[in-house]
Amino acid sequence: MIAELFNSIPAMILLTGCLVGISGAILGTFLVLRGNAMLTDAISHSIVFGIIVVWLLTRQLAGPVQLIGAALTGVLTVVLSEALARSRLVKMDAAIGLVFPALFAAGVILIALYARDVHIHVETVLLGEIGFVWMNTVTLWGLRVPVAVASLGAVLMINLLFVLALWKELKLASFDPGLAAALGFLPGVLHYAILTLTSVTAVAAFDAVGAILFIAFVIVPPATAYLLTRRLWLMMGLAVVLAVAACVSGYVLARHWNVSIAGMMACMTGVWFACALICAPDRGLIAQTLRWRMQRLDHDCRTLVAHLYTHQDTEAKAGENTLRALISHLRWSEPRARAAILRAHDRALIERHDGLLTLRPKGTAEAETIFGSDAR
Amino acid sequence: MSFLADLLGSQIVRTVLFGAALLGAISGMLGAFAVLRRQSLLGDALAHAALPGVCLGFLIAGTRDMGSIMAGAFFTGALAALTMMLITRTTRLKTDAALGIVLSVFFAAGVVLLTYLQAQGGAASAGLASFLFGQAAAILVSDLWIMGAVGLGALALILAFWKEFKLVSFDADFARAQGFPVMMLEGGLTVMVALAIVVGLQLVGVVLMVALLIAPAAAARQWTNRLGVMVALSALIGALSGVGGALISATMRGLATGPVVVLIATSAVVISLLLAPARGLIWQGLAARRARARIGEDRILAAMQGLARAHDDARYPSEQGMLATALGDAPAPGRFAALERRGLIRAVAHPPETTPHWELTSSGHKAAETRRPDAERTP
Repeated sequence: MIAELFNSIPAMILLTGCLVGISGAILGTFLVLRGNAMLTDAISHSIVFGIIVVWLLTRQLAGPVQLIGAALTGVLTVVLSEALARSRLVKMDAAIGLVFPALFAAGVILIALYARDVHIHVETVLLGEIGFVWMNTVTLWGLRVPVAVASLGAVLMINLLFVLALWKELKLASFDPGLAAALGFLPGVLHYAILTLTSVTAVAAFDAVGAILFIAFVIVPPATAYLLTRRLWLMMGLAVVLAVAACVSGYVLARHWNVSIAGMMACMTGVWFACALICAPDRGLIAQTLRWRMQRLDHDCRTLVAHLYTHQDTEAKAGENTLRALISHLRWSEPRARAAILRAHDRALIERHDGLLTLRPKGTAEAETIFGSDAR
Repeated sequence: MSFLADLLGSQIVRTVLFGAALLGAISGMLGAFAVLRRQSLLGDALAHAALPGVCLGFLIAGTRDMGSIMAGAFFTGALAALTMMLITRTTRLKTDAALGIVLSVFFAAGVVLLTYLQAQGGAASAGLASFLFGQAAAILVSDLWIMGAVGLGALALILAFWKEFKLVSFDADFARAQGFPVMMLEGGLTVMVALAIVVGLQLVGVVLMVALLIAPAAAARQWTNRLGVMVALSALIGALSGVGGALISATMRGLATGPVVVLIATSAVVISLLLAPARGLIWQGLAARRARARIGEDRILAAMQGLARAHDDARYPSEQGMLATALGDAPAPGRFAALERRGLIRAVAHPPETTPHWELTSSGHKAAETRRPDAERTP
C-alpha cells in the first residue's frame, strides 16, 4: 500500500508540492509578519550560486552537504545586503537589488560554463522540474522514495520542530521585537534562524519548483491567511491549508492544460489571494465597499435630519425641506437624496406630506443629539 | 585584434552592439530615478511581472514581433504596479509582502503561459525563452527603431519635466506643499521604470533586469551629488555594460547576455563603492585614519602641555612611557616622530635616564592651545 503510493507518479508530484507548500507556509508566516518577505526573493535567487559552487566542489546535487552549503549563500546574501546598507553608500532596497542579481548571474554563468552536461539546466533553475522528481530516488526503509521528497520531508520536520519549540519566542519577536530584545529573547538570532531555515528549504525545493516560484509558496499563502484572521496559529494553519489546496488544484489544472505544474501551483496561490482580497469577510474589498456605502448612507441621514431641524420652524421651511432643496442646496445627486430620504423614512426619522419633509419625534431627538441638548 | 575587427565589421554584430548600448543607456538613465526614490525592488517585481506580458504579446501577434511584445510587457507591468497599489492601500499587508505576491504570482502566470506556448510548438516560440535571461544577439534592426523611439520619448519627458521629477525624487512632501501634482509625477516616474524594464528585457531578461536598472545608477551615485551628472553617468555605465555583455556572450557559446551584463555592471558598482572620491570606502578609511591620527596627536600635545604647566616649566621633558600611562593607551611611536617632523615637539636627553623624553617647542605650545581635544580653554 505505502510502496504503491511511492510508486505512483502523480502522488509523488503532489506530495512534493505539498511539502514545499507546507514548509513555505510555516516559515512564510513569520517572514510576512516581520515585513521581510522580499528577503525570500533575495535568498531564493542567490542559492543558485551556492548550489553550483557546492556541486563544483563536491559533485553532489543533493544531500546534507548541498543543503547546508548552498543555504549559506542565502544567509550570506542577507548579511552582505545589510552590511552594504549599513555603509550608507546605498539604501537597503538597492543593496538587496545589487547583491542577489550578482550572485544569481554568477551562478547562471558557472552553470553555463561548467555544468551544461549535467542535469542542472539554466531553465530548470527558474522553473523547476516537479514533473520529474520521481526519476531520482533513494531507498529508505526498503521504500524507493524520490530524493526531493526525502529531503523536503526532513526539512519540513526541522521547520516544524523549530516553530513548535520556539512558538512563544517567535510570536513575541514577530509582533514586538523591542520587547523581545528587552526580555532577552534575542530577536536578531531568531531572525537569522528563520532566514537560514528559509535558505535550507529553498535549496531542498529548488529541484522541484525552481528559484523563483518558491517565493510564491513562501509569501502568498501566509499573506492570504493574514487577510482572513488575526490569530497567529490560525494564520499558520490557514496558510498550510491554502498551500495544499493550491498544490492539488494547480496539479489538476496543469495536467488539463498541459502547462508547467509548479507554475500552475504557484498561480493557484495567487488565485486564492485574489479571492481573499476581494471576498474576505470584514476586510475584503466587497466588505469594505459595502461598509463604506452604509456609512455614507447613515451620514447622509444625519445630514438630512440636521438640515430639516435647522429649517423646520423658519419661513424658508417650505422651500428648504423638500427633495429639490436637497439636490440644489446640498448638491446631492437625485438618487443620493432619494436614498437618504428613503433610509430616514425607514428608520422612522422623517415623514413626507405633499413633498414637504418633516421630522418625527425620533428624528427630532437625533437632531438634538447632533447639535447638543442645550442647542435650544 | 584582427578577430575583434572582423567581429565589428559584420553588420549583425554592429546592430547587436549598438542595440546593447542603447538598451543599457536607456535603462541606466531611467534607473537613476528608481534608485533615488527607493523603488529598486518595485523594479524587480515589475520586471518579473513583464514575463506574462511578453508571452501575451507573442500569443496575440503570433510571431516574435518586438512592438507587441513590448506592449504586452508594459501592460502586465502596469497591471502589476496597480495591483501593488491596491494591496498596500486596502489591506494590512506591508509593501514587501505586496511586492513578493505580485512578483511571484505574475511570474508564475508567465511560466504557465510560456510552457503553454512551447507546448503549442512553433520554432519562433523557442525564442521566448531568451526573455528569461536575455539574448542581445536576437536584436534586429527593426527592433532598434522601436527602442530608439521609446528611449527618445523617455528622454524628452525627462527633459521636459526635469525640475518636477528632481523635486519629487528628493522631497515629495515639499513638492506637494508647493502644489505640484505629486501623484501624477510619481505615477509618471513609475511608468518610466516600467518603460526602462520593457526596453531592457531583450538585453538581460526578466530575472536579472533589476540589476541593469539599479547597478549603473548605484555606481553613478557614488561619483557625484548632482542629478544631471548622475543620470548621464548612469546611462554611460549602462551602455558600457550592455556592450561588454553583448561582446562576451557573442564570443562564448551558450552564454546568455543577461548574466554577463549584470556582472559587468556589478563590477562597476564595486569599483565605485571602493574608489569614488569622498564617498568611497577607501576614501572613508583614509579619512578615518587621518582623523584618528589627529586626535592622537592632539591628546599627546595636550598631555605634554598639562605636564609643562604643572611643573611650571615650558620646556619640561616628558617621558614617553609616562605620557602613555597618562593617556590611558600607548600612542604609536610613529605619532611622536610625526609631531617631531612638524616641529611641534623635540627629543631631549634627560640623564641619567635613558628612556626617550620629549619637550614642546614654542609652536607646539601654540598648537596645543588651539587644538585642545577637551573644551576647557585657558583664558
